[in-house]
Amino acid sequence: MSKLKVIAAMSGGVDSAVAAARAVDAGYEVVGVHLALSSNPQKYRSGARGCCTVEDSHDARRAADVIGIPFYIWDMAEEFHAGVVENFLSEYQSGRTPNPCLRCNEKIKFEAVLERAKALGFDGVVTGHYAITKEVNGVKTLNRAVDPGKDQSYVLAVLTQEQINGAIFPLGDTVKDEVRKEAERRGLFVANKPDSHDICFVPSGDNAGWLRERLGSEVGPIVDQSGNKLGEHNGAYTYTIGQRRGLNLTVPTPKGEPRYVLKIEPKTNTVVVGTHEALAVNKIAGTPPIWCGPIPEINKTYRGFAQVRAHGEPLPTEYKFDGTHLIAELDQPVFGLATGQALVIYDGDRVVGSATISETF
Amino acid sequence: MAGNSNQIYLDHAATTPMVQPAITALTTQILKTGNASSLHSTGRSVRKELEEAREAIAKAAGCVASEVIFTGSGTEANNLAIKGLYWLGAKGGKKTIITSTFEHHAVMDPIKWLAEHEGGNVIEIPVSKAGVIDLNQLKQVVEKYGSQTALISIMHANNEIGTIQPITEVVRIAGNIPVHTDAVQSFGKIDFNFTSLGVTAATISAHKVGGPLGVAALILRKGLDIEPVLHGGGQERDIRSGTFNAPGIIAFAAAATDAVANKNDRELKVRALKELLINKVLNAVPDSWVNGAAENTLPGIVNITFPGTDSEALLLLLDMQGIACSTGSACSAGVHRPSHVLMALGATEDEATSALRFSISYTNTEDEIEKLASVIGDVVAKSRAATSKKVFSS
Repeated sequence: MSKLKVIAAMSGGVDSAVAAARAVDAGYEVVGVHLALSSNPQKYRSGARGCCTVEDSHDARRAADVIGIPFYIWDMAEEFHAGVVENFLSEYQSGRTPNPCLRCNEKIKFEAVLERAKALGFDGVVTGHYAITKEVNGVKTLNRAVDPGKDQSYVLAVLTQEQINGAIFPLGDTVKDEVRKEAERRGLFVANKPDSHDICFVPSGDNAGWLRERLGSEVGPIVDQSGNKLGEHNGAYTYTIGQRRGLNLTVPTPKGEPRYVLKIEPKTNTVVVGTHEALAVNKIAGTPPIWCGPIPEINKTYRGFAQVRAHGEPLPTEYKFDGTHLIAELDQPVFGLATGQALVIYDGDRVVGSATISETF
Repeated sequence: MAGNSNQIYLDHAATTPMVQPAITALTTQILKTGNASSLHSTGRSVRKELEEAREAIAKAAGCVASEVIFTGSGTEANNLAIKGLYWLGAKGGKKTIITSTFEHHAVMDPIKWLAEHEGGNVIEIPVSKAGVIDLNQLKQVVEKYGSQTALISIMHANNEIGTIQPITEVVRIAGNIPVHTDAVQSFGKIDFNFTSLGVTAATISAHKVGGPLGVAALILRKGLDIEPVLHGGGQERDIRSGTFNAPGIIAFAAAATDAVANKNDRELKVRALKELLINKVLNAVPDSWVNGAAENTLPGIVNITFPGTDSEALLLLLDMQGIACSTGSACSAGVHRPSHVLMALGATEDEATSALRFSISYTNTEDEIEKLASVIGDVVAKSRAATSKKVFSS
């Protein structure tokens, strides 16, 4: 039988380089691909920041050459803009807090890239994500990586079963330090490159400023839960649920407690604030659900763990699927939860499914 | 995959393997000591061989030895000709540059630079769908702007589609206006004679004719003192500075001599291979077409549009089959952009990103063309499945 052919998505960082090298060792025929995601990439040599700059594409090519695999650049700028950047803006406009990395995995790496790879005759896509896939009763499941600090199963939980079937994550069984050491042993000069961080399409790192530039900075009221005006803001969407700092309120609470952002109402450009207790969430509903592995029976209650942030704690919970929503009833409340983020349900280390949080109670 | 001896190399217009006489000349010369500008005997002996090389290149290119100015690349020679002739003209108030819409970037970009930084006024002559410049238009432009024109730069043969331009006609229309031609792709492949062509300046390059990388020449008509681009020791008649690359120049001469001596036989063989490629590929992909269907073309370059595909996906898939070719067009930030040459011929953006350039050498074989023909249908089908482009008919 001829070798399985795979595309290795190479960002120019250390993880994807080692993942590609391991795929070669595992006997795959590997072609390295760097995704050009910005139609106006930063050009200069100072610009390498983990992914998405021209310098990162040079790093990726150099790594492909060291590994000894062909290397191509795929222009996904249009797909990225439509699927990730515009979604990011419209989510904020709707008062939600999106996770663009998760959207990029969903729309770009495992939708656009995997589809193109399959059409070109490849069998799958290799990435440097930290997660483990395991076959259970003939079904490929998604599981947490062994390095809890690097585990990325949360941002991969948006993948459909078919996408998981086409995904290969060679790094899930290894801790990051070992990956760096391995990169060094393999002569991959990206071994000591810093991890990427921030949002790649906001080069300045100033998320609020970037949003203000695009969505305007219309002044609006900051109110308490009874609707009393306490202050003003310039751009409701630059606030995040649970945020305490930067509110500049002049009216103190009767007991002098700190106040937090509870709610963002884009239609009236209003930010609602209240006490920490008011942030408590006991029940979370999300839709549409995406399942990985067996689909839960409708309206049957299961026990598991809920995760609501990329590196958040697993929260013991009961969960059920009502036919439309994935609903989690947490054992203990969680504070400061924004709609738009992902609710991911785990059974132990296995991802059961995920949904975008639409309501909290 | 890369460097595999089973690789089928159909990208000879990008660069082509060195020929044995050039390898011998290079490896012999590189062991010798001496700066060809030095006055001692060691230097003189290198200078002697270098001047013999200059004479050999002059013979191969149909010019006199003193007209050959060695440079470090074709790009440098183009920059020197264009900027040098422009600055010469600008001294007399002539600031117009006439060029075509489908020049190589090494011509387009220095012209653009002169327009942006030195007040140059650029007029681009359009090309026909067949890939030949519009001489009537050129005539009208010259009639109107000739007295203000510093230079005309039009390529001898196009690097992406291989069409040969009527340079003799251009020179006739130009009258007293200096004409530069980028002959990097044509020199050594078809008849090329600087003197009978009548141009003021021509660019030729070693690595396109089986010589080493990093050496090229501007052939510049005697008696013309143009402003240099590189200032320094003035080694090349004060027009180009930099220590002579004696091994490179001597190997260039060996390659040029070899190319011209064998031109007729090789041209016949390469043309036959190109015909075979066109027939087989068009047969395997019936809705594909050849770009630049002019009568006069280089023997070895053929550019084919495969509608509804992405050039970069075609490259990847052919690479996996061990076949190397090219999109022919430039990369911007590593991302494939529509070919400006195909756009100049009237292609849409979709069409201009779904073409491949195959460039053939006498070292290729019929079997290699057959192999390409046997896989191209599947490669095109896969690329079509992987793109959002619509398949359209021409």
